[in-house]
Amino acid sequence: MLEIKNLHVQLEEEDKQILKGVDLTVEAGKVHAIMGPNGSGKSTLSYVLSGRDGYEVTEGSATLDGEDLLEMEPEERAAAGVFLAFQYPVEIPGVGNMTFLRTAVNAQRKARGEEELSAADFLKEVRAKAKTLKIDADMLKRPVNVGFSGGEKKRNEILQMAMLEPKMCIMDETDSGLDVDAMKLVAEGVNALRDEGRGFLVITHYQRLLDHIKPDVVHIMANGRIVKTGGPDLALEVENNGYADILAEVN
Amino acid sequence: MALPEAKQTATEARLSALTMPDAGCTRAAREDALARVLETGLPNRRDEYWKYTQPDTLVSPEAMPAAVFSDDEPLVFSEFDRLNIVFVDGVFSAEESDDLSMEGVSIDRLEDICCKDIHWAKDLYGVLEARGQVPVQRPLAALNTAFASDGVAIHVTGKPSKPINLIYRHASPTSDAILHHVVRVESGAEATILETGPAASRFNKCMEIDIADKGTLHHVRAQGRDHERRAATHMFTRLGTESVYKSFTLTVNGVLTRNEQVVELTGDDAVAHVAGACVGDGEFHHDDTVFITHDAVNCESRQVFKKVLRNGATGVFQGKILVKEGAQKTDGYQISQSLLLDDDSQFLAKPELEIYADDVACSHGSTSGAIDETALFYLRSRGVPTKDATNMLTLAFLAEAVDEIEDSALAEAIVSRLEGWLARRN
Repeated sequence: MLEIKNLHVQLEEEDKQILKGVDLTVEAGKVHAIMGPNGSGKSTLSYVLSGRDGYEVTEGSATLDGEDLLEMEPEERAAAGVFLAFQYPVEIPGVGNMTFLRTAVNAQRKARGEEELSAADFLKEVRAKAKTLKIDADMLKRPVNVGFSGGEKKRNEILQMAMLEPKMCIMDETDSGLDVDAMKLVAEGVNALRDEGRGFLVITHYQRLLDHIKPDVVHIMANGRIVKTGGPDLALEVENNGYADILAEVN
Repeated sequence: MALPEAKQTATEARLSALTMPDAGCTRAAREDALARVLETGLPNRRDEYWKYTQPDTLVSPEAMPAAVFSDDEPLVFSEFDRLNIVFVDGVFSAEESDDLSMEGVSIDRLEDICCKDIHWAKDLYGVLEARGQVPVQRPLAALNTAFASDGVAIHVTGKPSKPINLIYRHASPTSDAILHHVVRVESGAEATILETGPAASRFNKCMEIDIADKGTLHHVRAQGRDHERRAATHMFTRLGTESVYKSFTLTVNGVLTRNEQVVELTGDDAVAHVAGACVGDGEFHHDDTVFITHDAVNCESRQVFKKVLRNGATGVFQGKILVKEGAQKTDGYQISQSLLLDDDSQFLAKPELEIYADDVACSHGSTSGAIDETALFYLRSRGVPTKDATNMLTLAFLAEAVDEIEDSALAEAIVSRLEGWLARRN
């Protein structure tokens, strides 16, 4: 589904290479986790895949079901099925959460040539999905993420994911800033979305999220490359021994 | 003291093009006003209060021509049940206006007042305007008092069932209109006045509003879409104890607009909110000049002004809160912000506080910025196309000002106008 080949990325503003040849394939129905020390390029990878400004791809490719992602605008990538759950969800004063969600859902449907969701159908669906994430009516009415707690923001990300039903979910340190209960709630939300047609790329520092969202494949990223790939046990190894051993081994 | 020669000449030239109407009971006020104009002269670009807005075309003997704009869009608020008072190029149109009688309010034309020796409006006409000349001179308002050719006197004695809509139609590309309205809201009475339309090629408007104790006036205005029109408007409002004044102005287009709001809180526990949203594209200069005087205890004032500017448009905000000695427990708030959609537009702001009481809470803030790129990316990453996302963020920026309109249906009508403006620019 998601195929990244030899991806090289540098910052636009300065001549600094962040990704130095990332190769990664995420199959439909699979959960891939990326772990790695600070500064290894994990977040950059998620931004480059979702189309954020400020990065320049100097080499390599990234495709979703054969479509070149790197040529697309962020909104086109979204319509094609890419979803990034932000590490720091953005507060948007003055834009109601519900309005935002409905605009996003219908914009994607329109871009795909599908019929837009009626107000009634949308409301029904959003209420049902919000309920499972313990998002109350008040949170839906408030401006996007404004005054939300860390946990509420992350749950709101998962609600967006549930409503938009993307093919490829990229989650950037979704566990950061969450207490154990909130993490469970988020993980349940994610697990509910796991299905055969959907791929996940879960970026995290810690193994604990992977206790709740069981990965099929774990990658270790360091210095702009995937340096090791393994099964779920690899995450445990990191948790027990840190990155030092692995990095020493591959260098 | 003699006026500088250039100012003297410009003032004389303007006055020579005007004739004072046969004034009846407003004569004394008009003559006083003319004396004020002669004393101060009309503003020119050297005046500090006109530093950011060139008054030349507002004081020239003839109005600059302005094309009459029309399209199929229904007039703003046309879906509301209201009492319409229509002026075409600054002249009352009996034909297009509704019957002026309504329970809870009496409405007279200025012309009818002028024929009478005694009328309640006599005690108001020119009075608040004259008070508003201190500490800052407002010669264009005095000129208006002296020469206004039409207008209405609205006496609110109860709670009229529907809003009064002053509709200003622009029909002639060379029209030059001077309208003067006086409004008195009696104790416990409450009304909504709507003002819509561009009025004329050049429009000088004065509205004096006297709100008695526990009276309430809502004012919502939309200044019309004509691109080339010029306007200098003045609202003078005096508030009694526990009275409320809430004013909102929407400005889309217009080559030059100067909206002055002079508010005097003279009774304890009064509330005055003055807000404005403007969107300007290209040759557009919009100036909000506000002066709020707290002269009583425990009053609240709010100024919320938002401007969206692009393609070289200019926005100006001069807002002052004056808290007089003894005006304790004053709660004053002022925010003026601009959203600059490109590098060519500019926003000039002069927020001022002058406080002579020691137990007050006053705040002011002014910002100027571009669309928040992070928010824009967030919206786009969810599939919202760039234009739509920009429009969402633009409307969100304006929302704080629009939210000042208490009636949500009127607020929605304003929002739909803003959406229209944004959509036409996609």
